[in-house]
Amino acid sequence: MATIELINVEKKFGELHAVQPVNLTIPDGEFVVLVGPSGCGKTTTLRMISGLETVTDGTILLDGRDVTWAHPSERDIAFVFQFFALYSHMRVYQNIAFPLQAQGESRTTIRQRVAEVSDLLQISHLLGKRPGSLSGGDQQRVALARALVRRPAAFLMDEPLGALDAEFRETMRAEIKRLHIDQSATTVYVTHDQIEAMAMGDRIVVMLDALVQQVGTPFEIYHDPANLFVAHFIGSPGMNLITGRFANGTIHLPGDNRYTVPESWVPALQAALGSEGDVVLGFRPEATRVTDTGQLNSTVYAADLHGGFIMLHLNLNETDIVHARGSREIQYPIGTPVRFDLDPEMVRFFDPASELAIRKAVD
Amino acid sequence: MSQVSAQPHAHPRRRQPRIQVGDRLLTHLFIWPTLILLIVMNVFPLFYSLYLSFTEYSGIGDTPPDWVGIENYEEILSNTGHPDKRDGNRYWHNFAVTGRYAVMSVGLQLVVGFSLAMLLKEKFRGNGLVTTLILIPMMLAPAVVGIFWKLIFDPSKGIFSYMMYTSNPRDHAWLADPELALWAIVIVDVWMWSPFVMLLCLAGLRAIPDYLYEAAAIDRASAWFQFRRITLPRVAPLLLIALLFRTIEAFKTFDLVAELTFGNPGGDTTEVIALRLYREAFPPQFNTGESSAAAYIILILVIALSNLYIRALGRLRED
Repeated sequence: MATIELINVEKKFGELHAVQPVNLTIPDGEFVVLVGPSGCGKTTTLRMISGLETVTDGTILLDGRDVTWAHPSERDIAFVFQFFALYSHMRVYQNIAFPLQAQGESRTTIRQRVAEVSDLLQISHLLGKRPGSLSGGDQQRVALARALVRRPAAFLMDEPLGALDAEFRETMRAEIKRLHIDQSATTVYVTHDQIEAMAMGDRIVVMLDALVQQVGTPFEIYHDPANLFVAHFIGSPGMNLITGRFANGTIHLPGDNRYTVPESWVPALQAALGSEGDVVLGFRPEATRVTDTGQLNSTVYAADLHGGFIMLHLNLNETDIVHARGSREIQYPIGTPVRFDLDPEMVRFFDPASELAIRKAVD
Repeated sequence: MSQVSAQPHAHPRRRQPRIQVGDRLLTHLFIWPTLILLIVMNVFPLFYSLYLSFTEYSGIGDTPPDWVGIENYEEILSNTGHPDKRDGNRYWHNFAVTGRYAVMSVGLQLVVGFSLAMLLKEKFRGNGLVTTLILIPMMLAPAVVGIFWKLIFDPSKGIFSYMMYTSNPRDHAWLADPELALWAIVIVDVWMWSPFVMLLCLAGLRAIPDYLYEAAAIDRASAWFQFRRITLPRVAPLLLIALLFRTIEAFKTFDLVAELTFGNPGGDTTEVIALRLYREAFPPQFNTGESSAAAYIILILVIALSNLYIRALGRLRED
């Protein structure tokens, strides 16, 4: 097993920066997810770690060994491709055995290891089949088996569930997570799906426009987004972000609303914005509490029943809509006025100019 | 009530009624000219020559075909025939020459064609131009190719001997050397048809997705291992098709040999079966019955070979 270190690793295609210099240390056994919209550089980063893509500058260390210019085969990593990349002209058995055969392992060892890994992934009954005749989920299991069979130092996975049906995706997500826990192998996982990232990652790296936006645990990313993009991108729906004007400890929000900033936040806001300035108020839908005595005023634009709760779309004014969680026991007819409060522990503030989060001073 | 359409009457000025051609008639009008042509040019000769192959008959003789049963086939296959020929009718010699020629020529074409395809697999500047240039020999008429290769092989004028030998080139007339003449024809055939093999292989190679090689690199496969386990199996069906086409062609080879050596030196050292057939069937022999039988033997051979390959191809596809 291995640690992976990226030191100022960057990639340019001509003049275009595909990946701005990134620094990242992945300790042994960690499951790291690179997440971001398509074209953000997450796959390029992964391919640079694997050696399938050369780096323009920077250093990649694998267990302390400099592998920046090593061929993929010299890195002892496994790569799971989005579209499986199975050898379709071979049977499942040969696909899984391929990495072992390439290393000249003995026939008995190969048979034993293939049996082990296909047992683990429950594909023993498919060994005689051709990949083309399998379902997407089973094809990805075969690809995982091929990656596992060599017992590599690290796993790299490039949207391994992207080509699967929604139904399979849930199952496979759990399987991959279980596999990681059983094998405790260092894993770097790329996805554009933030739900997948939240569900699977020990740590998440959020990327946008070739630049790392934030690195943190799912909890940190969700509750303390570093900037407006992360706040909006993570969560479904993302964080509510309402621009208002901060003055004298209150924020003037659209729709003639006034929000009293929690006591503990005032010094931080004053430090960042001065005595008066524009600010973005951010809060998750579950930070809202609908109550008749709430200090914020709105009208119901729409209400979706999500089974366990109701997601309310509330108009502060014509243009600003807030997502809030409502109780499933209450009816919210469209157009009715609703008052709500915010959990003071769960509000966050951003500087609209820099788009960065405003942090409380460390106490 | 059926709807009565208010169709306007035919234009008064157009008095002559058009000739009505129904769909059926039209179908027949299109099909029969082709069918008649096929029957006259292909089907009839096929069956007539089958009949002639069982007769003693000469195309210029005034006696009608005389039914002799399988005698012609017996003579050809048992290598006997006219008692005045000391070492039999030498058909086996022709088959042997053809077989040797086919193995040498097709084998080399596969190797050269596949190698060229490997070189041209990656895209580079001028890739299209190079490919087109390589394809030129294939597009030339065999008769033309034969004539100018005859000049190239010419010991006193040709560039081939000039390049190959430092000593007096006159001693090295490949086309007149019983040992080398067949090789000379093979060289020309390889020069002409390797591009065809290359084209097929190139299609196969370019169809192999890059990610397979990426996966193989991750799986720590060496270049040789990748070639053996990915490239070759993936191109195999196309190689087999090339093998099939080129073998059939090799068995039918006539024009190149006729142009370069006409079976010489030594009368028949390069006499492939098709050339022998030609010599039997046309002046001065006009041995129509026997040559028909020989033609049928070639036909059956080629069909048998094709079937073998097609079966192999089917097995590859299944895999």
